[in-house]
Amino acid sequence: MSAPVDDPWARLRSRTSARIGLGRSGAGLPVRANLEFQFAHARARDAVHRAVDFEALAKDLVPMETLTVDSAAPDRATYLRRPDLGRQLAESSEATLATALPCDVLFVVADGLSADAVQAHAAPVVRATLPLLDGLALGPVVLARQARVAFGDVIGHRLAAKLVVLLVGERPGLTVTDSLGAYITHAPEPGRRDSERNCISNIHPGGGQSYEAAARKIAWLGRQGLERGVTGIALKDDLPATQTLPE
Amino acid sequence: MRHLRTTIGGERFTFDSLNQVMACATPLRSGDQLAGIAAESAAQRVAAQAVLADLPLTHFLTEALVPYESDEVTRLILDSHDTAAFAPVQHMTTGQFRDWLLSEEATTEVLAALAPGLTPEMVAATSKLMRNRDLIAVARKIRVTTAFRNTQGLPGRIGSRLQPNHPSDDMQGIAASIVDGLMYGVGDAVIGINPATDSIPNAIALMEMLDEIRLSYDMPVQSCILTHVTNAIEIMDRGAPVDLVFQSIAGTQAANTGFGVDLAVLDEAHEAARALDRGTVGDNVMYFETGQGAALSADAHHGVDQQTLEVRAYAVARRYRPLLVNTVVGFIGPEYLYDGKQIIRAGLEDHFCGKMLGLPMGVDVCYTNHAEADQDDMDVLMTLLADAGATFLIAVPGADDIMLNYQSLAYHDIAYLRESFGLRAAPEFEAWLEGIGLIDGGRLVEGNAPPKALAKMTGDAA
Repeated sequence: MSAPVDDPWARLRSRTSARIGLGRSGAGLPVRANLEFQFAHARARDAVHRAVDFEALAKDLVPMETLTVDSAAPDRATYLRRPDLGRQLAESSEATLATALPCDVLFVVADGLSADAVQAHAAPVVRATLPLLDGLALGPVVLARQARVAFGDVIGHRLAAKLVVLLVGERPGLTVTDSLGAYITHAPEPGRRDSERNCISNIHPGGGQSYEAAARKIAWLGRQGLERGVTGIALKDDLPATQTLPE
Repeated sequence: MRHLRTTIGGERFTFDSLNQVMACATPLRSGDQLAGIAAESAAQRVAAQAVLADLPLTHFLTEALVPYESDEVTRLILDSHDTAAFAPVQHMTTGQFRDWLLSEEATTEVLAALAPGLTPEMVAATSKLMRNRDLIAVARKIRVTTAFRNTQGLPGRIGSRLQPNHPSDDMQGIAASIVDGLMYGVGDAVIGINPATDSIPNAIALMEMLDEIRLSYDMPVQSCILTHVTNAIEIMDRGAPVDLVFQSIAGTQAANTGFGVDLAVLDEAHEAARALDRGTVGDNVMYFETGQGAALSADAHHGVDQQTLEVRAYAVARRYRPLLVNTVVGFIGPEYLYDGKQIIRAGLEDHFCGKMLGLPMGVDVCYTNHAEADQDDMDVLMTLLADAGATFLIAVPGADDIMLNYQSLAYHDIAYLRESFGLRAAPEFEAWLEGIGLIDGGRLVEGNAPPKALAKMTGDAA
């Protein structure tokens, strides 16, 4: 479905990914433009509703130890309607986290709103980050079904982690359906505000942040957070500009 | 409290408070369920509606849903209530008022005179007794006209916001989206950009670019960079070309605090924008956005349902005689409006309630990818809103906002509504479109290439 060769909009299209110069059938969209839109929306819907294969993800993370838990939202329909349940641990998962495993850094992988992002990018981001956290004590990677960002606070608190790195599937757009986000929270406990986290968003290979770039930022924020005992707005103020991060 | 009980079909229903009656009477929506205040059964919902129907309109002047002492929006509503304007309907119950609105007695002129006499709570309660068709039938009778460099809200017209957002604010990318929109006759309500980078220098750069385009083509349009009102105040101080001042607002003081605003700062911005005196055919200088669920998401809802709180935001808006008010109906997500049915109902409610309070209501007919909605639902809502007489609608290239990552209407959709229902753009803008050759005899000209007349805008040699 590429543009015609003599596309008069070609130069302008190079400056924006907006759907410009679509042409029209009467006042309607031409069939091809309409199908392209519908396909993009269908892919985004599928990314939201598909389930992450957490067994496969656990295999991707070997030799790291993993634990799989559920949020209190039993299914996708409930998850979408009840953000509060997506931040709580299911009773059936209480036993899995019964014993504290004190550590400096705990990775939590939450499915969030894009199964595609989590399936494809969570393991590579964890793998790219690990060497940069050398010398710190790491907990098991917790894989969380029907879970939101603040779910990491609950898990981190239970396992007595000093800092949580939560990877989550971001809400899919029409252009990118597999974007991963990373949230770094010091001293995780229920009730942490969003202003107490640092966020790295837009992690995906299709023009977003690369695994390596994301890993460098996660490691930098994680180490700074542990050293200074704070994450969020207070830490963000001191984050070096992108170009000064070690490449 | 004797009003707050009813018996229907032999079953007795009792409600503890006016807040509970209002919340239970609201058509089902996920945000009220999330707040734990929705009706527990379909029967309880109708019972609450029956209680509301028997409640005198004057009751809303004596019992506040959000405390007067602790909420400046409540104080604004009650202190500015116009009893003379209210007089013609003051003897009515909410149910009688609903019936009267549908009657031939409630004409365009009568409804215009009535608006200052109505409170948001009266209007919200009435809307809960109305079906979608009723919301359309009454809204259609109401005429709200505002102006800046063109006139919005005239009979037989529908305006549109051209929304040329770009994920990195690339000026040429934005210009390309503007040219595309103008080809469809979009942009009379406002050319408005949500900046990707919310800094003052960036906002000024975008404003200067839009102003240059406007001046070089002598376009009768207004521009807006949707940055925080405190930024706008600073930007006006620096002498940048601000046409409209934007702000998101909500229906409680606490929710507005979450947005970083109060009435004092809005007063200050409004005064500063009016002092610039940049309008040519009118002096409406404010552009507000609202949306059901904003107060709950800020944890500032006081146990009041999201639709009633939304209408309270309109009391804030009307203080400033805005050029445009836009309810961004499906942007907030499925935890507030779950599916197409809820989004459609909310869009019609917001439009009706805003118009009843005398506001130039537009709608961003939109949804996110995690809502149970699609473009078919948007087709239904935009068509109903055109029929209801919406002041303006939002439009983006191909219905896909690549910066905010949600779906709105396409430029094509504005052309569809105008062509299929005989609606037109604002007269000043329509004349400009004719003059520059983008329309001919009121119809879009043929051809898909960027128009030569606008070549300068996109950096092409003319």
